[in-house]
Amino acid sequence: MSTHHPTTPQFKANARAALANPNIQRAMQTAGGGFAAGRAKARAEMPEFDALRDRARDLKDHTLAHLGDYLETYEANVIADGGKVHWAETAEDARRIVLEICQNAGAHSVSKGKTMISEECGINEHLEAHDIRPVETDLGEYIVQLRKEVPSHIIAPAVHVTLDEVEKLFREEHVHMDPARRMGLDTMLAEARGVLREKYFAAEVGITGANMLIAETGQSVIVTNEGNGDLTQSLARVHVVMASLEKIVPTLDDAGTILRLLARSAVGQQASVYTTFSAGPRREEDPDGPEEYHVVLLDNGRSTMLGGEFQDMLRCIRCGACMNHCPVYRAVGGHAYGWVYPGPMGAVLTPSLIGVEQGGQLPNASTFCGRCEAVCPMRIPLPRMMRAYRAIEFDKGLTPGAVRRGLAGWRAVAQRPWLYRRITGALNCALALLGHWRGNFGWLPLAGGWTDHRDMPAPEKGGTFQSQWARRSR
Amino acid sequence: MSKHEKPDVALMVTCLVDIVRPTVGFATVKLLEDAGCRVSVPAQSCCGQPNWNSGDRAGAAELARRMIAALEGHDYVIVPSGSCAATVIKDYPAMFTDDPQWLTRAEDLAGRTHEIVSFLADVLGVEGVSARLDAHATYHDSCSGLRSLGIKEQPRALLASVDGLELSEMAEPEVCCGFGGTFCVKYPDISNKMVGNKTDDILETNAELLLAGDLGCLMNMGGKLSRRGKPVRARHVVEVLAGMADGPAIGEEG
Repeated sequence: MSTHHPTTPQFKANARAALANPNIQRAMQTAGGGFAAGRAKARAEMPEFDALRDRARDLKDHTLAHLGDYLETYEANVIADGGKVHWAETAEDARRIVLEICQNAGAHSVSKGKTMISEECGINEHLEAHDIRPVETDLGEYIVQLRKEVPSHIIAPAVHVTLDEVEKLFREEHVHMDPARRMGLDTMLAEARGVLREKYFAAEVGITGANMLIAETGQSVIVTNEGNGDLTQSLARVHVVMASLEKIVPTLDDAGTILRLLARSAVGQQASVYTTFSAGPRREEDPDGPEEYHVVLLDNGRSTMLGGEFQDMLRCIRCGACMNHCPVYRAVGGHAYGWVYPGPMGAVLTPSLIGVEQGGQLPNASTFCGRCEAVCPMRIPLPRMMRAYRAIEFDKGLTPGAVRRGLAGWRAVAQRPWLYRRITGALNCALALLGHWRGNFGWLPLAGGWTDHRDMPAPEKGGTFQSQWARRSR
Repeated sequence: MSKHEKPDVALMVTCLVDIVRPTVGFATVKLLEDAGCRVSVPAQSCCGQPNWNSGDRAGAAELARRMIAALEGHDYVIVPSGSCAATVIKDYPAMFTDDPQWLTRAEDLAGRTHEIVSFLADVLGVEGVSARLDAHATYHDSCSGLRSLGIKEQPRALLASVDGLELSEMAEPEVCCGFGGTFCVKYPDISNKMVGNKTDDILETNAELLLAGDLGCLMNMGGKLSRRGKPVRARHVVEVLAGMADGPAIGEEG
């Protein structure tokens, strides 16, 4: 699956394939509940959790209202620290800028911390096409890279892979190691660490993402549980931070507010194992650090979301709580969504960034159960925005014909009380006569989707409630 | 409404109760009358939720205007569905943000509208019912009622007052059953996976009776249990609270 060619329009087929894939189903079943339980526990242990969510929402709304000012302050502070900010309007701009930095550094290999912005821009493919080897150093990303896949979750990239599959992969890839070695979760982690350790030293450039950019200090912030991001950014000669422009927060205190929510919402940790603040290249008195510090600041369509009905999406801090709690995501896994961002946040961000024509399936594939909004640390109204995309599709004539005709028909019936009474009476009567119908309602639009998998409960006999009530009241 | 008069309550029936299970409507009326309300049923059709959730904003607003007009002039409007109640309470005002006249009427209706179980418990202060049912039941929290209207403890508290009823919690009662209105026919494979998981959780409790506050969810879960050949019966929670759970369960032959 390529980052540049979304398979999102084929979401239904992707979902069917995922539902029929026993490995994905097994992996999603084991991983699914743990994150949600962790978040629930972390929230219960922190009485001010919901008040903190309000504060985080407000601080991000304020930031987005003054985004230009904060970005300029940030850039000035990065420059003051000796770093450089590169403004990338599109993914193509970002690819070009990153390649130039790598080529100027004479890079043959690039170590990479976890960054979804790199996925969004297709950095790995672009570097490979120019004979520069990207090496993912986050364990999950490393597994996904070896499998020639893309992440299926924004913080747990290999959540769709079973342990058995990882063991098989490592035995195939790490051929210099003793084939008789024992493989458990701990030894696999140690093995990946051992293999990756030398890659950090070989890489001329280290690319990381950023969980936040702080305007008042010019710092970028990353959180990891493996420490791979720190090695990536401090051992290479050149450090490149890839971030989208809404990652900005005004102050160090504001970063603290977000950090208190981030790991708790993601997996239930009070804090990630490593939280690292970076500002500029190595100074003379520093014992280590990169010689060059670059920030590639990506827009790629986000600025068009400002001031519109999808602006709230730009509050997202990429914790993954929405997908961890989403029954649709848990059923089909992340690859079915067909582009970079899966789950409920992906269902809003994908059509925002690649267009509703390509991404329109995703906001439709929701029951509006509302669990995503209920757990979102930034209180993003995800169902409201998915519904807004459905309205845009409807207005553009993208809604499938059968659905449009069904809605128009229902409206025509329901706005005429006499017709509604007759149609509902006829439906009650017809369905009651059919009784326990286990066959296919092929002649009723869309009803096959129901009866393929479940029985259609027969209505009670005696007519509709309103007709019975009218008789009773006479 | 003067202090000594009975509250004047209009029942918003909902399409599914109207067509599929009138008993839920009559059980709702009984609970309201037992609690001292005067109940009427204005002629009505659909609240417009299918159109609203499918992006047909104009169609939804047209049906909403009709419903608002039909339900004007009552102290309360009571709905035996968290989902349809949430459409009136949360979505109607959002439909008319550019139409001040209808916005006022939509907000007025939203302020008078309640889901039946939460109305009994939270507004009328009903602490128990006089009903008996010897059964082992489990209760599913329907999404809109739970997350849009905060219905969680009220049905459990009232069910606890039903003589002979034992209630067991399923593993994840707050996780969606996969109905989702048109979702279940637009994405049948995903919906099937979700209702498969949900019915696994229901069966795990060994309950013989499945209760919930929304007929759509109940038809989905009940239809799946029946397809799987399981003897678990499905009923709307008000049937049990009103002591009207002696007839055929959802989908059973009468």
